[in-house]
Amino acid sequence: MVSVQRTETAGDLAVHAAGLRKRFGDTEALAGVDLAVPKGGVCGLLGPNGAGKTTTVRILTTLLRFDAGRATVAGADVRREPALVRARMGLVGQSTAVDEVLSGRQNLTMFGRLYHLDRRSATRRAGELLDQFALADAGNKPVREYSGGMRRRLDLAASLILAPPVLFLDEPTTGLDPRGRNEVWQSIRGLVAAGTTVLLTTQYLEEADQLADQISVIDRGRVIADGSPGELKSRLGGDHIDVVVSDPGLLGATAEIVARVASAGVERDDDSRLVSAPVREPMAALSEVVRALGDADIPAEDIALRRPTLDEVFLHLTGAGRREAEEVAA
Amino acid sequence: MSLRWTLADSWTITLRALSHWARQPGLVIMGLTFPLLLLVMFAYIFGGGMTVPGGGDYREFLVPGLFAVTMFFGLEATMTSVNADAARGVTERFRSMPMAPSAVVAGRSAADMLFSLVSLAVLIGAGLLVGWQWNEGLGNALHAFALLLLLRFAFIWVGIYLGLVVKGQESIAMVQVLVWPFAALSSTFTSTEHMPDWLGTVADWNPLSATLNATRELFGNPGFGGDSWIAQHGELMAVVWPLLIVAIFFPLSVRAYRALGR
Repeated sequence: MVSVQRTETAGDLAVHAAGLRKRFGDTEALAGVDLAVPKGGVCGLLGPNGAGKTTTVRILTTLLRFDAGRATVAGADVRREPALVRARMGLVGQSTAVDEVLSGRQNLTMFGRLYHLDRRSATRRAGELLDQFALADAGNKPVREYSGGMRRRLDLAASLILAPPVLFLDEPTTGLDPRGRNEVWQSIRGLVAAGTTVLLTTQYLEEADQLADQISVIDRGRVIADGSPGELKSRLGGDHIDVVVSDPGLLGATAEIVARVASAGVERDDDSRLVSAPVREPMAALSEVVRALGDADIPAEDIALRRPTLDEVFLHLTGAGRREAEEVAA
Repeated sequence: MSLRWTLADSWTITLRALSHWARQPGLVIMGLTFPLLLLVMFAYIFGGGMTVPGGGDYREFLVPGLFAVTMFFGLEATMTSVNADAARGVTERFRSMPMAPSAVVAGRSAADMLFSLVSLAVLIGAGLLVGWQWNEGLGNALHAFALLLLLRFAFIWVGIYLGLVVKGQESIAMVQVLVWPFAALSSTFTSTEHMPDWLGTVADWNPLSATLNATRELFGNPGFGGDSWIAQHGELMAVVWPLLIVAIFFPLSVRAYRALGR
């Protein structure tokens, strides 16, 4: 596997992991994870449930011991300097880690004190963060009265008390409604603009596409691909042609026509009467398909060229897409 | 981590518990009134049918029992708060921060001891109102109170351990039910001499009974002593039992806490 950081050394990396391994009993959770996140970027750790995303984050944030490998966060060695790692990173875990009984302000002041700010600085920082995350109005209300999005933002704020150079977000928007999700995305973008390096895990391709400038796809405890969203998409064979026909009976003939221009397997979806395939020369393929459909007297409802979605890349990489494609071909 | 930061962090955690009380006065009042309800229940409802071996006033017998059982029931408060933090991810946040790891537990213990002290003070006041008194001088009474707080301190570690290993509301509720037979199987509410021999022996060896034997003697209240070795060594066992509990549950708690990172 080729890492995306070809020119940079470990010193320029905000997060660096090499060969991380972790077993839980008989289960091999991580089978050698490599990561290289440059300073100032957003790295999306993308993978299905149980792929090892959370295990990776828990190791990098010193919450979990690991069996083999090396890791540094903001220049501090995870195994040998855990206290330094804790001082240089913030973590927003999967469950909201704030005190429900206390107010937002009390939470931030308490965490500030535990980060060893003096009383006045902790109070001032709490005020700043409440303003920054649009929580000032609700600052004195108990957290249990907050909405999901507000809790998540308070969680984010609590992780940013020392303005750490590296921030870990473990599925930051899981369980949020679209509005709450947008609020959290907005906050993350703001942090990145201010120079924070973010490593986020997500099951949502859309989220990785929206936020990350580098994606590591993780499956069964291994990074199986990495690159920018664009690079990953083009790795699947560039543009696709989609043909939708009105008569399901004509799908077979349509698939044969599309197969002539396809650079890889043709996929056929009977429910949406769609035939789809990757193509090498999109414009030539498009005119060829239009002409051939006309010759065969097949009325097309829709013909379009498009870039593959991250969904397709993901399914392709994790194998599920490949199996489906094989079934169609067979 | 320097001692200074350990103390400072512990104090922050203690303050957190104090803020919880300020935000939930209802719960605090409930917690403080519950032993008073027990006092009313046993002194005025069941008390008429109770006899104290060797004679003596049942209320004088009962009040030290309530002191001890209140200290013992305190383990529920410790368990629930430790468990809530672990379940909500607050423990994870603490563990990901550059704070003293022992402060979470130390701060919690300090807060729980503080609450137990208040609780004990309220109960002493109520006891004095219903006619209980200490008869052997203030020095012995203070000695008895110290033994009670030692018992509470020991059960903090049981609470911390259970809070870390018990998962889910059902299991919490189970512990909250099981503390009752444990408390009843002692000389808390009635003398163990009224129990069948084998059960009485088990009850005599209950750590609560040891503290009760010692405190009833120190207060000069009826119902202490007996023929068995354990009944005659109340003062010794009132120290040995708590130390033994700490010796077992402190390492277990440390292990359960470390297991979070496994």
